[in-house]
Amino acid sequence: MSNTILDVKNLRTTFYTHMGEVQAVRGISFEVNQGDVLGIVGESGSGKSVTAMSIMGLVDEPGRVSGGSILFMGQELTKLSDAEMNEYRGKEISMIFQDPMTSLNPVYTIGNQLIEVIRRHTDLDKDQAHARAIELLQMVGIPEPEIRIKNYPHQFSGGMRQRAMIAMAISCSPKILIADEPTTALDVTIQAQILDLMVRLKNQLHSSIILITHDLGVVSEVCNKVNVMYGGMLMEKASVFELFDSPQHPYTLGLLKSIPRDVTGERKRLVPIEGTPPDLLKPPSGCPFSPRCPYAMGICVREAAPLYTLSDTHSASCWLHHKGAPVVEGFVQVEEESVHE
Amino acid sequence: MSDEKRTPLLSVRNLTKYFHTSTPTGPGIIAAVDGIDFDIYKGETFGLVGESGCGKTTTGRTIARLYTPTDGSILFDGVDLATLSQRELRPFRKRIQMIFQDPYASLNTRMTITDIVAEGMKVHNIASGDEMQERVYQMLERVGLKREHASRYPHEFSGGQRQRIGIARSLAVDPEMIICDEPISALDVSIQAQVVNMLEDLQKEYGLTYLFIAHDLSMVRHISDRIGVMYLGKMAEIAGSDELYMNPLHPYTKSLLSSIPIANPHKKVSDTRIMLKGDIGSPINPKPGCRFAPRCRYVQERCGFETPLLREIRPDHFCACHFCETIKD
Ligand SMILES: Nc1ncnc2c1ncn2[C@@H]1O[C@H](COP(=O)(O)OP(=O)(O)OP(=O)(O)O)[C@@H](O)[C@H]1O
Ligand SMILES: Nc1ncnc2c1ncn2[C@@H]1O[C@H](COP(=O)(O)OP(=O)(O)OP(=O)(O)O)[C@@H](O)[C@H]1O
Ligand code: SF4
Ligand SMILES: [Mg+2]
Ligand SMILES: [Mg+2]
Repeated sequence: MSNTILDVKNLRTTFYTHMGEVQAVRGISFEVNQGDVLGIVGESGSGKSVTAMSIMGLVDEPGRVSGGSILFMGQELTKLSDAEMNEYRGKEISMIFQDPMTSLNPVYTIGNQLIEVIRRHTDLDKDQAHARAIELLQMVGIPEPEIRIKNYPHQFSGGMRQRAMIAMAISCSPKILIADEPTTALDVTIQAQILDLMVRLKNQLHSSIILITHDLGVVSEVCNKVNVMYGGMLMEKASVFELFDSPQHPYTLGLLKSIPRDVTGERKRLVPIEGTPPDLLKPPSGCPFSPRCPYAMGICVREAAPLYTLSDTHSASCWLHHKGAPVVEGFVQVEEESVHE
Repeated sequence: MSDEKRTPLLSVRNLTKYFHTSTPTGPGIIAAVDGIDFDIYKGETFGLVGESGCGKTTTGRTIARLYTPTDGSILFDGVDLATLSQRELRPFRKRIQMIFQDPYASLNTRMTITDIVAEGMKVHNIASGDEMQERVYQMLERVGLKREHASRYPHEFSGGQRQRIGIARSLAVDPEMIICDEPISALDVSIQAQVVNMLEDLQKEYGLTYLFIAHDLSMVRHISDRIGVMYLGKMAEIAGSDELYMNPLHPYTKSLLSSIPIANPHKKVSDTRIMLKGDIGSPINPKPGCRFAPRCRYVQERCGFETPLLREIRPDHFCACHFCETIKD
């Protein structure tokens, strides 16, 4: 698989707080290939942002990557020093955050901040970087970029700030753009513009996107594959069609039943997932979803299920796929479980 | 629909709420809500949607008389709330309740759940002593919480549970209408359905009328009988929710609805989407003319100076666009 850009294996990230260990990410594995738009969905607190921060090497005290590996184009990132990681961050891998104000500095103009990033990672001189900044603002659809480049962040609307963030993130043509809820704070009409822009730029730059979102509509709109997380673990990995047509994890199934699926269809009563998400300070033993799962069996409470491979692109961590489990309609059973070290 | 359902419980006319602000050129006004009309019928759910800052919350808070309207009338069961004094408003504060987006910020962290749920009952002399405590237990159980929870504090509960506490507090005073301002936006997808189903059940059980403010358009369609679409302080369109989604008339509604990503990878909306240019404008010192004109594909000269009125284009389908009868996609 020569076009694998990012290969995450058994990643663990733990926060060592005074309340105890918070195992935010508990051994997850996935790949990102060139051209992918990988969606990460899951309950609040399930470890989506921590996964992203781990890849970026931005996990702060009291947390750290406590196990596993992150291979970026063959290079192990978890072993790099902060200085070495700086060569990758913002250049090869960049990230946009939910709230642009966390990454835009209010006291500098949009232009200054863009030019700084460009000059840090390229050998363009000041004038060239200025020209490139204008070009980038143009690319992300900011009108009159020559004038707007002199604006401060507060002079931009929410949608424009998110575009400026994207301009900054793509300024060095990264191989991977990680977007953590990039449109959650925006209105649907602006969201549509931003998602469209991200996918268009990805195709232009031959890069890949990891898109963290809680909106299954957004996932089905722009992603080709999806990771479903719960309680710090991967519950299911699938192509977007497999996920929506044939979900193979009770949590995914529950998510799909709890949203109105079709704006033009019959109005059916929603089927919620009962109960509440787990407390990661005291994670349930076994499958993290077991306390809320309508199918939970004895073993689910004792031991987390391995990841069962269901197709080249589809796997799920649920005991129902074990050939000895009771048959549940819609769930396939398989002979072999994939290696899950 | 039955005749009973066609009695408006609430009739809002020319509702206007301005805030004052300063601009580089001197004092200005924010026309948060700028002369809107709509009715809400007994027992129905009226959804209110629109982009951030278009005036949904201000509308809700003005109807609940947390704000004094700048102009217009708020007829609730025949009485105009707009002109009542605080004292005269007292009985209506029981009949109209409000629940908020952030279930945490809206609960007093130093009060027990009993105190929170009972607060309204005390204020409105609905119950006291053992009777009140019993009613608190009943309300908690009705919203899916336990009696044991009554002596705990808000921080011990999850977001979904806090929203249930907020609902129990509103229900305890036996209201007729509840204004729900983004009651599920802060909740996990898996928890949203729990709260929506509960609101639907309570509506049937107690004959409640809802004003449901939200920006998740598929959820709004799911829960609403009729929907109003706001744009920069104005009402752009009002229709039954199926009618609105099948036959939107206003150019803004058309692009808004076509932008909702659908959770079905076989039906990508990007193929049929009407992409909107630009950002939502500013509500400060608005000029005459259609508020949507700067972003409208069908804009004509008249839109620039004449504010379109909300007109009944088809039975029960209202739209504020000069040209909505002639626009073809
Ligand atoms: N600095 C920290 N110290 C302690 N715990 C942390 C820290 N940062 C994150 N966590 C914990 O790690 C877990 C995973 O958090 P994360 O932010 O990845 O969730 P998420 O899936 O992104 O959720 P959301 O959808 O709410 O953004 C949570 O339980 C969170 O409380
Ligand atoms: N108390 C206030 N003082 C001054 N301006 C206000 C006040 N409340 C709201 N506004 C302004 O009025 C306009 C409408 O705000 P409102 O909160 O009603 O919008 P909304 O539709 O509820 O938006 P959102 O979807 O973001 O909640 C905005 O421009 C807002 O900044
Ligand atoms: S492993 Fe068990 S508890 Fe977990 S999702 Fe599958 S059936 Fe449910
Ligand atoms: Mg997050
Ligand atoms: Mg609001």
